[in-house]
Amino acid sequence: MQAPVKKVYKRFRSPGDRLFDTINVLLLLGLTVVTLYPFVNTLAVSLNDANDSIRGGIYLWPRDFSWGNYKYVFKEATIFHATLISVLRTVIGTVVTVLASAMVAYTISRPEFVLRKFVTVMFVLTMYLNGGLIPNYLLIRDLHLIGSFWVYIVPGIIGVFNMIVIRSFIEGLPEGILESARIDGAGEFRTFMRIVLPLSMPALATVALFTGVYQWNSWFDVFLYNSQVPDLSTLQYELMRMLANSNSNSSMTSASAFANSGNDNANYVTPTSIRATMTIVASLPMILVYPFLQKYFVKGMTLGGVKG
Amino acid sequence: MRNSISVAAQSPEALPRPSGVRRFFKLLLKQRTLVFMSVPFVIWIFVFKYLPLWGWTIAFQHYRPNLGLFEQEWVGLSQFKFLFADESFIRVMRNTLAMAVIKLVLGFVTAITLAILLNELRMIVFKRTVQTISYLPHFISWVVAANIISTALSIDNDGIVNKVLMWLHLIDKPIMWLGVGHYFWGILGISEVWKDVGWNTIVYLAAMTMIDPSQYEAAEIDGASRFQRILRVTLPGLKPVVIILLIMNLGNILETGFEPQYLMGNGMNADYSENLEIFVLKYGISMGNFSLATAAGIFKTVISFVLLFSANSIAKRMGEERLF
Repeated sequence: MQAPVKKVYKRFRSPGDRLFDTINVLLLLGLTVVTLYPFVNTLAVSLNDANDSIRGGIYLWPRDFSWGNYKYVFKEATIFHATLISVLRTVIGTVVTVLASAMVAYTISRPEFVLRKFVTVMFVLTMYLNGGLIPNYLLIRDLHLIGSFWVYIVPGIIGVFNMIVIRSFIEGLPEGILESARIDGAGEFRTFMRIVLPLSMPALATVALFTGVYQWNSWFDVFLYNSQVPDLSTLQYELMRMLANSNSNSSMTSASAFANSGNDNANYVTPTSIRATMTIVASLPMILVYPFLQKYFVKGMTLGGVKG
Repeated sequence: MRNSISVAAQSPEALPRPSGVRRFFKLLLKQRTLVFMSVPFVIWIFVFKYLPLWGWTIAFQHYRPNLGLFEQEWVGLSQFKFLFADESFIRVMRNTLAMAVIKLVLGFVTAITLAILLNELRMIVFKRTVQTISYLPHFISWVVAANIISTALSIDNDGIVNKVLMWLHLIDKPIMWLGVGHYFWGILGISEVWKDVGWNTIVYLAAMTMIDPSQYEAAEIDGASRFQRILRVTLPGLKPVVIILLIMNLGNILETGFEPQYLMGNGMNADYSENLEIFVLKYGISMGNFSLATAAGIFKTVISFVLLFSANSIAKRMGEERLF
């Protein structure tokens, strides 16, 4: 009966406490499995020989390892081009949004700015006002943005939530630093570029992540505005079309037509393995990036969530 | 000393004071860099967010795309009358409300539960790992998620859900989950939880760090069990955040989303999967009936505003935190 005495020095845990901890850990492990399994399974199918996958029974790792599906997907001109457009809209969209949001956020963080209130109200009101799908569609049509790459960028230049995250951050910067820049004779724009932007990196990283994810994952604007323009299709939209095909057509016809569409590739591919491969290609960039920015976006969510 | 301050404060009065308008323009000129940095974006937001509001007028017209703005025929409220008499609109409203309630209740309960479970963990490394993994599905698109979900629910070899259920002897033969209409609301609710439950814990976990640790210590000394501490300390500490989020969510309750319904919907479950957004898209973009689709959109916005303001005023009357 010495053991309990010893434990008092650590931390007293009653049997009920231990039971609670065990159940808690088991529940969270269950959540982890349910979250990760579909990705691991999709990855395994994408790395398995397509012909072999038909037999089924692939769970956590490929049975007959092969890069064939990936080779096929990237040889397909449509998909390669769509990937390019996806990358372009993500890069351009993110740079434009981060710069524009930071610029406006900086102006409305200056207490002496005469238009501060006006600009703030104009932006914040739009959180509650929305014309809706049809009026927005008519506007885009009237601006002749349909069938253009810029329809992916221009309508979403500034998100109000993003701007509030950056503004809250800038307002938290020590005023002395901005003051000293001004005493050194730097103009507002110079102060912004040289001092505010570099100091606001944590907030900018958050906004860049949110925007990048939004741009990379978008497919509805492609569907709505550019479905007639194959050259402006994106990866997500191509994947969406594959999903729609497999939904409406559980037989192999449409899918095998796609798989055999004039390709001199010796590999045999199936719709299931192509879909799995595309799923991985379409999600991997974001999955690889977000863990590194976790510290920032958690803070950004709390900042924007509380003040917004 | 005292004298010089009062003189300094008075001196602007002594000078001929520029009028308000002139002073405003003078400041504007002086702050022209700030003006150049913000005003172009104000023009942008006016065009892209305020101008479309004008488009609401087409709900009161018989809109023909080939005619100009001022040549349209005004029809009063007849679009709305048609809408409320339309059987498919009633069905779509039923689906929207059901999805909204499921999303609201399930979303809050699961996120708060998960946040509490994470908060009770003592192994920091394990906690961080679970958190990071739980954020993962938030960063994938609904296209990817719908692909994964429809694979998991399928009846062929890859359908893990049917496999597990059969292994547990809960079902005898595979079920075509997305092919039976009345399963759809449940599938949608669970899919949304799967995708965002981890993400939604962020704000609750942040609120939990604000709870004074001495409250837990006091509860422990008084002999409160883990469950009692959660019930009496953690949950009350979350109340202000929950109420604010509840008000915000009530204002958006009819925004039941569009992507999962569109991507997982099919001919077999359409009676249960079509919500307001899909109705607007179908009538507006596919059939070109812009007026009817806009009327449905306006109806949604009006209901949302009513809900937002009533939730806010109820919170105010109860003396709770509120949005505005």
